[in-house]
Amino acid sequence: MKSNVGKLLSTAAIAATISAGAAASTLEDVKAKGFVQCGVSLGVPGFSNADSNGNWSGIDVDACRATAAAIFGDAQKAKFTPLSAKERFTALQSGEIDILTRNTTWTYTRDASLGLDFTAVNFYDGQGFMARKTLGVTSALDLDGATVCTEQGTTTELNMADFFRKHKMSYVPVVVQKADEALAAYASGRCDVFTTDKSGLAAHRSKLADPAAHIILEETISKEPLGPVVRHGDNQWKDIVTWAMFVQVNAEEMNITSKNVAKIKKETNDPGIKRLLGAEGDMGAQLGLSADWAYNVIAKVGNYAEVFERNVGPSTPVNLPRGINKLWTDGGVMYAPPVR
Amino acid sequence: MSDKTTSSNKSLLNDAGTRALIFQIVLLAAVVFVGYYLFSNLQANRADQGISTGFAFLNQPAGFPVLIHLIEYTEADTYGRAFFVALINTVVISLMGIVLATIIGVVMGLARLSNNWLVARLATVYVETLRNIPLLLQMFFWYFAVLAALPIPKNSIVFADFFLNKRGIYSPNPMIQDGFGFVVAGFVLSIVASIALVVWAKKRQTKTGLWFPAYWASLGMIVVITFLALAASGFPIEFDLPQKSRFNVTGGMVLPPEFVAVLVALSTYTGAFIAEIVRAGILSVNWGQTEAARSLGLRDSLTQRLIVLPQALRVIIPPLTSQFLNLAKNSSLGAAIAYPELVAVVMGTTLNQTGQAVESIGLCMLVYGTLSLTISLFMNWYNKKMSLTER
Repeated sequence: MKSNVGKLLSTAAIAATISAGAAASTLEDVKAKGFVQCGVSLGVPGFSNADSNGNWSGIDVDACRATAAAIFGDAQKAKFTPLSAKERFTALQSGEIDILTRNTTWTYTRDASLGLDFTAVNFYDGQGFMARKTLGVTSALDLDGATVCTEQGTTTELNMADFFRKHKMSYVPVVVQKADEALAAYASGRCDVFTTDKSGLAAHRSKLADPAAHIILEETISKEPLGPVVRHGDNQWKDIVTWAMFVQVNAEEMNITSKNVAKIKKETNDPGIKRLLGAEGDMGAQLGLSADWAYNVIAKVGNYAEVFERNVGPSTPVNLPRGINKLWTDGGVMYAPPVR
Repeated sequence: MSDKTTSSNKSLLNDAGTRALIFQIVLLAAVVFVGYYLFSNLQANRADQGISTGFAFLNQPAGFPVLIHLIEYTEADTYGRAFFVALINTVVISLMGIVLATIIGVVMGLARLSNNWLVARLATVYVETLRNIPLLLQMFFWYFAVLAALPIPKNSIVFADFFLNKRGIYSPNPMIQDGFGFVVAGFVLSIVASIALVVWAKKRQTKTGLWFPAYWASLGMIVVITFLALAASGFPIEFDLPQKSRFNVTGGMVLPPEFVAVLVALSTYTGAFIAEIVRAGILSVNWGQTEAARSLGLRDSLTQRLIVLPQALRVIIPPLTSQFLNLAKNSSLGAAIAYPELVAVVMGTTLNQTGQAVESIGLCMLVYGTLSLTISLFMNWYNKKMSLTER
């Protein structure tokens, strides 16, 4: 890229600009620095949240750890950058992070025009509304004239507009910069209704003073497939992130868990499982990874069911039902292409 | 011949002016080149990554709502129109903030110099408190603390046709009817008449020394004539009254709490700084000037208006300009409490929906640059007008 000029003006600023765009291969870069850098949310319980010791946990965090396990055999070789909704895409485009795992909705425009590639879906969500029980509202269709609080810079803003327009209802939008302050505005009574993805509503409701006083309305007004995002153009990197997720879903289908994976690898006669766990064939080499990469993902992070139960399942404060995130064999939509 | 050329070359190169010119041309070329290089590099990188560029997105439908829009705006309008909505919101809050902050600042600055112990101390407390707390915190305070204290819409505080609740202040909305042109004509006519009156009064004073209260007379004239025009055309205004509805109060005019909170926070915060500037300006005028004015028999109010203030203004205006600029730029913090100004709409929602980071941020920089330069130009003109005229 204009090498003479580059030499002539090799100031730090210019070097930084070039390196962001002309990186050879994300996998090589990641291997060289020794960790995967992931962009996560500022704190959504169950998806990505840091505890008082700075340890991150959640579904999105596990998606990042799965990639780290696939590359390094060590799920801890992942670092996290908290990003607001409006910072996230720029951070990924500019190379500040390697993967964006920040409950980000897969949409046409984002996929087509932002220089991004969506990999796989790790949570199927949909937007809903939360209101005070004292309001006496049970359906989103009763919300004509309501004041609605939401966080800025998300698909939520557009879905909300579409929903009210479609049903010819009027409303007053209050769009606050950060989710926590939007929730505070709702809590103080500025709005009748708070809207975001239903998983987010559950997580936010758990933060309110009296969670039982608020009802999440039944309607789901949109499709929100959430999943990891990578930069456009590095197909190998996209494949790695995608298959780190698919392997977890396939593992659940094959009843392989982090607990029994070692035993199964030793004892199984199933050639499919042997190939998956790296006991046979060259599956790892095809992605530029070690033969036991999938084994590491399952052993260090677990299958999809384990990830779900650990972070957002009924035993956690977020307490989400598995819903449509069940495997396709159980009536859900979680479906991964076969490993072969 | 060769000797001659060398010597003339030498003398040209040794000429300080020529060398300065050459260096400036070289520097300018370097700046332009670096700028061009950075820009083309940016474009190349974005093309590599498949990111669309350019301002075409401004013609796309925005699809998102905006809480406060002073021009007609719906979700079906374009990003370009949303940009103008946000621009107007920024300009309106900045100008209103500047006016309010100046009033607060002058009052508080004078109060701090007052001989009344209580008044002076209260002004001191105001200045020291507000200018030492971060503006963002103050905005949160005005927004969340005041909201929490107000009643829910069902229990609105009602005064005549005015409602006050957590959703804002609702007032009757005047709707202009046919025949209003007559009132406008009356208003314009009365203003022309008052200008003539002021000019006449000044001329007469210069000639005869007789004084006439032209400003009060003008004000009275404007009010009376406009009212007569209103009455003559049969009061061509109807009011759209606010009414309680299922969730809320509807109809009428509403002042949303976001607007009130940003305006109050901006003007009281900047007002505290302006108060100190006004105090410094007045203290900079030698006390001897006041004594001299009194010995001439001038009343205190005239002493202030004709002797002290014109001299104080020379000290006040330059730092005041900085405060106005700060206020205009600080209006961007309104995004944090849902006031839909430029940063919220363009750098927040638009950037996120379209992914056009460079274009959106460039637009915002252009607007703030233009806004600041306009304020600065106006204040510099005013400064020149007020500065000492040396003869």
